[in-house]
Amino acid sequence: MAEWAIEAVNLTRRFGAFTAVNAINLQVAQGEIFGFLGANGAGKTTAMRIFCGLLEPTSGKATVAGFDAMTQSEKIKQQIGYMSQKFSLYGKLTVRQNIRFFAGIYGLSRAQVKSKTAEIVERLGLADAADKLVDDLPLGWKQRISFAVATVHQPKVVFLDEPTGGVDPMVRRQFWDMIFEAAAQGMTVFVTTHYMDEAEYCDRVSIMVDGSIAAIGTPAELYAQHNASSIEDVFVALARKATRHGD
Amino acid sequence: MATERKLRGVAIFWAFIVKEFKHVVRDRKSLTILLGLPVVMMTLFGFALSNEVKDTRFVVVDLTPDAATLALTDRLDQSMYFSFAGQVRNEAEIEQVFRRGEARLAVVFGAQFDRGNAGQRQVRLVADASDANTANIVTNYATAIIAQFQSELPGALPTSAGITVETRMLYNPQLKSSYMFVPGVMTLILMLLGAMMTSVSIVREKERGTMEVLLVSPMNPLMVIISKAVPYMVLCFVDVLIILALSYGVLDMPGGANIPLLLAECLLFIVTTLALGLVISNKVETQQTAMFISLVGLLMPALVFSGFMFPIENMPLPLKIISNVVPTKWFYMIASNVMIKGLGFAAVVKPTVILAGMTLVLLLISLKSFKQRL
Repeated sequence: MAEWAIEAVNLTRRFGAFTAVNAINLQVAQGEIFGFLGANGAGKTTAMRIFCGLLEPTSGKATVAGFDAMTQSEKIKQQIGYMSQKFSLYGKLTVRQNIRFFAGIYGLSRAQVKSKTAEIVERLGLADAADKLVDDLPLGWKQRISFAVATVHQPKVVFLDEPTGGVDPMVRRQFWDMIFEAAAQGMTVFVTTHYMDEAEYCDRVSIMVDGSIAAIGTPAELYAQHNASSIEDVFVALARKATRHGD
Repeated sequence: MATERKLRGVAIFWAFIVKEFKHVVRDRKSLTILLGLPVVMMTLFGFALSNEVKDTRFVVVDLTPDAATLALTDRLDQSMYFSFAGQVRNEAEIEQVFRRGEARLAVVFGAQFDRGNAGQRQVRLVADASDANTANIVTNYATAIIAQFQSELPGALPTSAGITVETRMLYNPQLKSSYMFVPGVMTLILMLLGAMMTSVSIVREKERGTMEVLLVSPMNPLMVIISKAVPYMVLCFVDVLIILALSYGVLDMPGGANIPLLLAECLLFIVTTLALGLVISNKVETQQTAMFISLVGLLMPALVFSGFMFPIENMPLPLKIISNVVPTKWFYMIASNVMIKGLGFAAVVKPTVILAGMTLVLLLISLKSFKQRL
């Protein structure tokens, strides 16, 4: 079991009569960058919230870092980092205070908090901005700081929910460099995105349509299966079959 | 190991509180509201708004002036309630004076006032009743002054066959309204700030996505909520201290109130308002909605049903029944009993128990809906 960083077996979540996530199966290996794609309303966020322990599955099983999402969500929380699409920092705190605050929340010791803060400021080249309020920084910076904060406690798995919305390709590339670096250190990265070029940076991707996984594999495998030359073509071919529409 | 975890818990809790304070202090708007509102409200109610009627301008119709009419006019003018605005010649002119807003009261002396017998002296009061309440108060004051004057006249009859009515105003002998407002203003301020600031600050975290991160972190969700509430509890308590300092220092509130009891009751009410704020924050998604619900959904009932502006005894039965579920009514009852009447705990046990029960129910509701969101 524990060899998979994330595993879902017939994972289902219903809200009343609506089945948001319909019996999905997937495995993500440790150190893998897994792209979780799907149109708006396809059930990506719901699935991610189950993995993070924010929602309980209706049926089926999900394990993260070897722990059951239904019964051991407290244990999971100690093993994961999470970055929401709203970049999740406190605007009225400085960069340094944000890092210190979240490091404290994740239970780092005082000495660790100190060294980690210095390390992140150094790694992101933020020496000049470290004492500015987050509200005053450009979006791309906030996103990179947010990622650094989500991984400050060296989690086994980090969940990124559309982390690069609204910034230009150059800034997105910088962000992905951070993801590659984290994966190289053995961290598992589970990322949802709208940008199909980003999907091609992933080791493997899955494409969700109407609550089910319509395709899963390495980008190259998907091109071959769908006779396409890019993830975008695969995505469009699959999404066309969707009956649900964006929320 | 256990103590180490405990220490870490305390450290996280502290970090949270420091973060929340920084957010409030760096956000000019919320700081202004938190500290400015009590000062502004206290000043407004204490000095500007008042249901006392002072220096009402009056005119006199006195066709045959004599010593008695002059003395009575002078007596009215000397009192703090009235000031003499001139003579008019007839009743038609009174109306013109009223229309121009130059006076609210006219005193019309009968002809040959001083020569008449004791039973024939006539004075008529004409009041501008476009503001009915004020007209009522003004005529009462004038009647009292005239009665007093009459009893001093030579040959005065004993009033009402020997019965003298002596009125004593307990707890507020000078009928000064300024500090009467304090318990009411305090109720409103705490209700508004406690509920609004808490709900807005939590909803802000929802909007920014930080709430999700906190919930995904190893922190206990209950702890997240408590750490959100504590800073606002402290700030509201600071507001209570500001209000008390202003009422004793500036508004000449008479001493004698049981201050520790009052502070304890305030703390209870602050918890009530925070619980209300938590309930609101669980139900809404945007800061604007949270603010709107706090203002309209809480402040309005607080204003109407606390008994502070409109006496509950005079309300129709359905409204009286509704007033019982409004927490402000009970806190206002406690605060005015303790502050104005100087009563002890024994006198406020019932409202305290009711308020505590409401608080408990609200806390349970907010915890339940918080868990459901997970």
